Amino acid sequence: MAAEAEVIDGPDILKEWVGKGRVFSKTFNPELYHEVQQFVFREARLQDIHDYDAWEELWSDDAIYWVPANGTDTDPERDMSLIYDNRSRISLRIRQLKTGRRHSQTPPSQLARVVSNFELIESDNNDIKVMCNAQIFETNLRGDTMWASRNEYSLRRINGELKMAYKKVVLINNNKPIYTLSFLV
Amino acid sequence: MEQYVHSKWKKLIQPGMVHGSLYYDDEIFKEEVEKIWFRTWVYVGHVSEVPNVNDFVTKSIGPMPVLMVRDRNGEIQLLLNRCPHRGNAVCVQEKGNRARFTCPYHSWTFSNSGELMNYAFPEGYEGTDKSKLGLSKVPRIAIYRGFVFGSMAQEGPTLEEHLGGARRTIDQLCDNSPTGEIEISAGFLRHRTRANWKFILENECDGYHPGFVHSSIFSVSDSAIGSLYGNDAVAVTRSFGNGHTEVDPRPEFRRRGEPLSWFGTTTERLPEYTRQMKEAYGEERAREIMIDGSPHVMIFPNLFIAEIQIFVIQPVSANESIQHSTAIQFKGAPDINRRLRQQTMGSVGPAGFLLADDTEMYERNQRGLEIRDPEYLYLKRGEHRERRDEDGFLIGHSTDDLPSREIWRHYLSIMEAE
Repeated sequence: MAAEAEVIDGPDILKEWVGKGRVFSKTFNPELYHEVQQFVFREARLQDIHDYDAWEELWSDDAIYWVPANGTDTDPERDMSLIYDNRSRISLRIRQLKTGRRHSQTPPSQLARVVSNFELIESDNNDIKVMCNAQIFETNLRGDTMWASRNEYSLRRINGELKMAYKKVVLINNNKPIYTLSFLV
Repeated sequence: MEQYVHSKWKKLIQPGMVHGSLYYDDEIFKEEVEKIWFRTWVYVGHVSEVPNVNDFVTKSIGPMPVLMVRDRNGEIQLLLNRCPHRGNAVCVQEKGNRARFTCPYHSWTFSNSGELMNYAFPEGYEGTDKSKLGLSKVPRIAIYRGFVFGSMAQEGPTLEEHLGGARRTIDQLCDNSPTGEIEISAGFLRHRTRANWKFILENECDGYHPGFVHSSIFSVSDSAIGSLYGNDAVAVTRSFGNGHTEVDPRPEFRRRGEPLSWFGTTTERLPEYTRQMKEAYGEERAREIMIDGSPHVMIFPNLFIAEIQIFVIQPVSANESIQHSTAIQFKGAPDINRRLRQQTMGSVGPAGFLLADDTEMYERNQRGLEIRDPEYLYLKRGEHRERRDEDGFLIGHSTDDLPSREIWRHYLSIMEAE
């Protein structure tokens, strides 16, 4: 996708939190950029309003939904993650929410999230890879909570529609004790 | 005065009734820190978290951070991360590998067994005895099968005395590993909880709640946990004394007689683990171990072994706690270890199918206590059917409040002591 690209590498001391160097695209394809943004904005809205079925529809069949703990590029096959769902566990998560007896989401969190700083990154296959930042305001029975994350997506065009094959949400404070996180992040 | 102190605690803690202020009162919390967290044995960490010489990891005793170190001689040390000079932290990293710690403020440098090695511009300390200026240590440290406990009291019962009958559960856990050893190596999830630590403590062996708090996940998955806590369950709750309690589902698993049923799987699905177990223990014993499964035990005050994961409960204040949780790994058994991690990640932590909802209950309980009538919580379920098992331990139905009553009985004895 990128004729020209550049590696953005942080200082070593931040690697644990910023992650490994990624190759960001310098070329700008306005149509693709717009399409990707619209997809992610829609995903954000479906999460905010707890439209579980519509959100689940966004995933591809081989999807991975990953929220690491204690760093950015941890090994989910070795280290504990907050969420490390394959497609069937995504489905289980949704089915639990839909019972209406998921107490930590009954009543559901009231949410508004802002997603920004979109950048396309180099992909080693046909998936479209994008990174962005998110801030989420949550209010629930406990009170108000602010969440912030760096998100990474692999999007795939399937029958003309974009689907999420991979979503990684790196909470900025994922090495600290955090409150219950039972809405869709 | 002593008479007054005694009557204060006896008023707050009555048979089957505990006063709400025990969960929210700041003064009571301060007394707990002194009498429980800084006096009794507290679980700190596992030796496998510092596998190599010079490894260190930040752990805690109550609200206080502790450095667990494997020093240059391979010994486990529990050091207090406070420079004796002005109080600065000698280490701000969560974990790593270091032979010495240097305070950034005035460059005092300590070995990883705590001795003061040198300080900047030593002429200014002429005649000073360096040996008295090392890092403080947790006064007593004891290790049982890799589980490291510390006590801030210079004297008191030994760890083995403290664990008493609950030692059996740690043995039971380790038996499930073909090498007899477990590892804590996957890192912890840390769940911030706006509730008193004792709501968490009491819930761990509360077999009354799962059918309700977790009905959402039980109804959409094929979890077999639900049947352990029904009205007809044959599982029991048990008190080992000293505040240690368990839910013991072995009667149910023995009735089923299927190895690995406790883990919701079969020997066919874990052939390598099964082979290793038979090789290690012999056919018959391996079968027994794999039928009984791993324990569900709450070691007072802060180590909860929940079959496949551990939780470490850390009090922060009267109204706030942290639950640290991670998968148990059986040393040298990769095929079961992956499943142990996957199930743990699904269940626990801030986003877990189970723990998000348990934690929601803790926080609602805590807020509920702002309502001051009734003054007491009611813990009498199953009082009439408590009985002794063949070892003399108190047991009850899996849904009874027996664990809570026994925790409070122990709590009372600690808090009444001067």
